[in-house]
Amino acid sequence: MAELMKLHYEVNGDDFTRAGETSSKVKKTLNQLGFNPEVVRKVAIAMYEGEINMVIHADGGEIDVAIAPEKITVVMKDVGPGIPDLDMAMTEGFSTADHSVRELGFGAGMGLPNMKKYSDGLNIETELGKGTTVTLEFNA
Amino acid sequence: MNVREIASKLGLKFYAGEEYAEKTAKGCYIGDLLSLAMSKVQMDYVWITIQTNVNIVAVASLADAGCIILADGCVPDEKTVERAKEQEIIILGSEMSAYELAVRLSEMGI
Ligand SMILES: Nc1ncnc2c1ncn2[C@@H]1O[C@H](COP(=O)(O)OP(=O)(O)O)[C@@H](O)[C@H]1O
Ligand SMILES: [Mg+2]
Repeated sequence: MAELMKLHYEVNGDDFTRAGETSSKVKKTLNQLGFNPEVVRKVAIAMYEGEINMVIHADGGEIDVAIAPEKITVVMKDVGPGIPDLDMAMTEGFSTADHSVRELGFGAGMGLPNMKKYSDGLNIETELGKGTTVTLEFNA
Repeated sequence: MNVREIASKLGLKFYAGEEYAEKTAKGCYIGDLLSLAMSKVQMDYVWITIQTNVNIVAVASLADAGCIILADGCVPDEKTVERAKEQEIIILGSEMSAYELAVRLSEMGI
């Protein structure tokens, strides 16, 4: 399958206020390429959650997006603390976010569950002290 | 129904995006947790919240919200207004509670 486009972004770990920018850019690109709005919405929601997690839990990271006519793949890689118990982390409502983060409206513990719900494939590789790589796949 | 009609009927104040107020608005979600709002706010929805930080703009933009209404007299942060202007997001404000706003919107057929 021919790839239409590959995109690469750096996500700044200490800037809350810019979180979501990468997701916005990808959303715009997908819209311009004429992808189904429902698919674009799913990508935007799942990616935003991943982007926020990189900022609040892992001090930033890198995002690679591969866009093909029938499939969109998003790889979000950080060198943060890793996730000690992935099953626990996947539970709706589970969050280790602190109070200051919750006050901003984050830390509902819905991020990973949302990423699963809105993608057609979620894979998480994580190692304590080394980092986490989240791969999201979407059927276009 | 468009955002301008809602704003004028409910006496809402524009903080950003008045120039886009002819935009359609239908449906409504109330909530302050960004992850939930992100998945519940559908295209053109009115999103009522008391969250005022800049991240509400990203959520409204990614979810294609019709507009944000800040309830209970909440005022958006400066940065929020700035970003809303960049991203063409409409932010309105009201002294009414989320409940009162929702009742009025429902009466209007939203
Ligand atoms: N990239 C990451 N690096 C380290 N920990 C993470 C990462 N993503 C998620 N986590 C952990 O998994 C938990 C659940 O994540 P999530 O469902 O997004 O909820 P929330 O972000 O609201 O806490 C987080 O509280 C955090 O402990
Ligand atoms: Mg999260």
